[in-house]
Amino acid sequence: MQTTENSYNYKVVRQFAIMTVVWGVVGMLVGVIIAAQLLWPELNFDIPWLSYGRLRPLHTNAVIFAFGGCALFATSYYVVQRTSHARLFSGGLAAFTFWGWQAVIVMAAITLPLGITQGKEYAELEWPIDILITLVWVSYAVVFFGTLWKRKIPHIYVANWFFGAFILTVAVLHLVNSAAVPASFWKSYSVYAGAQDAMVQWWYGHNAVGFFLTAGFLGMMYYFIPKQAERPIYSYRLSIVHFWALIFTYMWAGPHHLHYTALPEWAQSLGMVFSLILLAPSWGGMINGIMTLSGAWHKLREDPILKFLIVSLSFYGMSTFEGPMMSIKTVNALSHYTDWTVGHVHSGALGWVGLVTFGSIYFLIPKLYGRAQMWSVRLINVHFWIATVGIVLYIAAMWIAGVMQGLMWRAVGADGSLTYTFVESVKATYPFYAIRLLGGLLYFSGMLIMAYNVLKTVLDGKTFEAMIPAPAHA
Amino acid sequence: MESLTLLIPLSVAAVFLIGWVFWRALQGGQFDDLDRPGVQVLSEDE
Repeated sequence: MQTTENSYNYKVVRQFAIMTVVWGVVGMLVGVIIAAQLLWPELNFDIPWLSYGRLRPLHTNAVIFAFGGCALFATSYYVVQRTSHARLFSGGLAAFTFWGWQAVIVMAAITLPLGITQGKEYAELEWPIDILITLVWVSYAVVFFGTLWKRKIPHIYVANWFFGAFILTVAVLHLVNSAAVPASFWKSYSVYAGAQDAMVQWWYGHNAVGFFLTAGFLGMMYYFIPKQAERPIYSYRLSIVHFWALIFTYMWAGPHHLHYTALPEWAQSLGMVFSLILLAPSWGGMINGIMTLSGAWHKLREDPILKFLIVSLSFYGMSTFEGPMMSIKTVNALSHYTDWTVGHVHSGALGWVGLVTFGSIYFLIPKLYGRAQMWSVRLINVHFWIATVGIVLYIAAMWIAGVMQGLMWRAVGADGSLTYTFVESVKATYPFYAIRLLGGLLYFSGMLIMAYNVLKTVLDGKTFEAMIPAPAHA
Repeated sequence: MESLTLLIPLSVAAVFLIGWVFWRALQGGQFDDLDRPGVQVLSEDE
């Protein structure tokens, strides 16, 4: 196959963009199923493969690494090419990242229901899959930084800094946390033990949130909001400050997942302090993105893609406020182990990561298939509202459930005995699980609407070679 | 805590690495003009 050096590699971007939608449907469907299982436990049909404990990691892996991961590959490959005026470095390696990443996802979908797991949250996959992830990730880094290396635009656009930091950090996190001694082909033991293992796990876990689910998606935000709004980012200077402040401070927040555990007290407090500091760069970035519309707020009324992007930022602001608050030890004493945490995660995942991804994919799909816009702009609007209502139902239900659980667990009578048994708190949570399922169903329906809209757009469109602009002589 | 003897040096090393990259980018003129890059990204048509 002869590909010209003066066109962009859109093929791999198209592949990842389509798979973002496919895995979004799959991952969110599994989420809806396990939400229903909490309401009707019989839904596991007494089949071990469908039990909650096995489907839950399948859900998290599918939405984070399959849906979110494909979105990050698609957008980073698109943005780095467009802002560098250079074709992706090594088409072969780029194709390998696509097929390799899909293989990782398929293997996850097989092994997790079978109960094959390392038992580490968001790092469940066993060592052979971990090795494949490493190979794909190193190739990703080579493709991305190779493209930056041969860029024709001297300035590196800020989105690329975010994507670059995300790629490098995730590589380090994965290598350190997944270090394990294989006992057989599908069983290994972590090289860390006890509280050591917990600390490494949450150093990984929180930084995965920080770099996979935040820095990478901020890269999207800094490209697609200005493009869709047709206005430069509110303050380019602030975006640079946002980047460096965020990556300098993020690494230290992990211990807030281990408050009141065997972890040394000082490490817990350090984690809390750094979590609080993180509020500043996070809100700087949120304000920067939202204020991009300053003077053009009317665009929000008529452009549903912009609605997705801007509302995603308000959820980003909400969850980056809520997160530092929950990391305060006294607040954490109430919130930890309750559904409040689940609500917090989903306000970030559904609100921030999901909506910014939908907005970016709605921007990308017509561009990649030679169309002026999506097949139906009205359906984008429907998707936006159905998703937003779904999120609000979901997180409000989990807030109430979480605070209630926390209060019930700590309530003691005059003689010091617990007022409630655990099962009483489960019973009290039941109606909120129903509301959460409804919210999840709405969000999932929005995803189906998107899949239909994308399918129609792609069928109407056609693939083409996008040419790189010739260097201008200024 | 053995794990902290791994994670803290790792994070400190990361801070120095980030500082070094920042310094190199600064000296390389990446942040000399913080007005035009924001506009330039809009100018290319898709």
